[in-house]
Amino acid sequence: MEVLGIWVAAFFTLCIYSFLYRDNPFYRFAEHLFVGLSVGYGIVFSIHQGLIPFAWDPFWEAITKREFMGLLKLIPIFIGLLFFARVVPKYSWLIRYPIAILIGIGAGRAIPNVMDARIFRQVYGTLTPFGQIHAGALGFFEIFGAILMLVGVICTLTYFFFSIEHRGAVGGISKVGIIFLMVGFGSAFGNTVMGRVSLLIQRVDFLLSDWLRLI
Amino acid sequence: MLEKLMSIDRRIVFVLVAVAVIIPTLLKVSFPITVSQPTRSVYDFIDELPKDSTILMAFNYGPSSLAELEPMAAAVLRHCFRKNVRVIGMTLFNVGARLGDRVMSETAAEMGAVDGEDYVFLGFRPGGISVILGMGTAIDSVFDADYRGKPLSEIPMMQDVRNYDRIALVLDLASSATPEAWIVYANTKYKQQVAAGVTGVMVSELYPYIQSRQLVGLMPGLLGAAEYETLIDTPEKATAGMSVQSFVHLLIFVLVVVGNVAFFIQRRRTQ
Repeated sequence: MEVLGIWVAAFFTLCIYSFLYRDNPFYRFAEHLFVGLSVGYGIVFSIHQGLIPFAWDPFWEAITKREFMGLLKLIPIFIGLLFFARVVPKYSWLIRYPIAILIGIGAGRAIPNVMDARIFRQVYGTLTPFGQIHAGALGFFEIFGAILMLVGVICTLTYFFFSIEHRGAVGGISKVGIIFLMVGFGSAFGNTVMGRVSLLIQRVDFLLSDWLRLI
Repeated sequence: MLEKLMSIDRRIVFVLVAVAVIIPTLLKVSFPITVSQPTRSVYDFIDELPKDSTILMAFNYGPSSLAELEPMAAAVLRHCFRKNVRVIGMTLFNVGARLGDRVMSETAAEMGAVDGEDYVFLGFRPGGISVILGMGTAIDSVFDADYRGKPLSEIPMMQDVRNYDRIALVLDLASSATPEAWIVYANTKYKQQVAAGVTGVMVSELYPYIQSRQLVGLMPGLLGAAEYETLIDTPEKATAGMSVQSFVHLLIFVLVVVGNVAFFIQRRRTQ
């Protein structure tokens, strides 16, 4: 059975890579099978791990046991079911209730935490090294790094500041911001290449060792 | 010549890349790995934990990111089991459940770790952020049983772990934006220490969180896995993969330089 699995995996790996030559039926077959399997697996798994334990079981218990606390669980289940009101044009307006609840809860729990994590703590992280410079706790390269980071933050933010025309000093600063952005994009691209090549290496390793047994 | 170089068939580039991967793989070429500070920080944090501490590993990846993140998961698990650090596994991805269970049980079998005492895999729960927040209050309010259906109350290592209070570190092995969710909700709200191991595509987005100390450390893709294997002195597939990677990077570097030189010469001639 394991050998069969290896041959199937090798066949579909080659089918997918055949696209590098040109689009062909083998590639399309593998692609469609992959999409179908992924979606099917995801739906079944979500039903078993989410829908049944969190909606169906409480619903069934509430119906059969007729306990007051159990019946309360029917409220969120009912609100969730309102999402399907969309398929009946006459009652499609009912979908606004679950959406409003989701947005309200989502925004309520996100705003204070996101503000803290992505703004206050980031500003703190950018400025903290300057306190350490004052205390004499940083070496030359660390001081250089701290200054470079502050310059990068200011210049990049200036590039995205559209209330003033980008001319003169502001234009110069925003151009420096573009350089920092390009460095960031370059880093992201380099890491992306590394990630994609890693996938190829793993597949080649599988083909050469598990399938062809050459290593 | 220049025209030919500028209009080269992309399939020739694919063949060159394939050759740059296949030959070093067959020859088992090996280069030394230099460990970066963000990866060393993750290693140091786990290495300094007292015996019987507990960490939580989130296997938030699918088959498409397996090549980068599974070697990383195996390396960290080996380190934890060697140090007698207990590991709770879980995932926010439905496709991550089978993968997380596999890497945990295979590495545990290799290291002689016992299910329920040295490690437990809780599986998948839908909800994402709700799961992260819920575990801060009570883990058993989100996961009432492990992946195989055994109630948490019957699992020895979960007896004194109720929420993040007894979890020394959350390590998110991720192929999407989940590390930021752990930072925003587990770190900011519950002051939980968080580290991440992510695919190469995502690394650049997460570096700012190291500077602000919202992340203990960060492992970048296959390189991070190879670095961790070097640190635990157990070279495996990631170390071999990074040596092959060096050849491909060299090839891409040459192609980028040649392409740019040809482009600028051609543009000058046209002008």
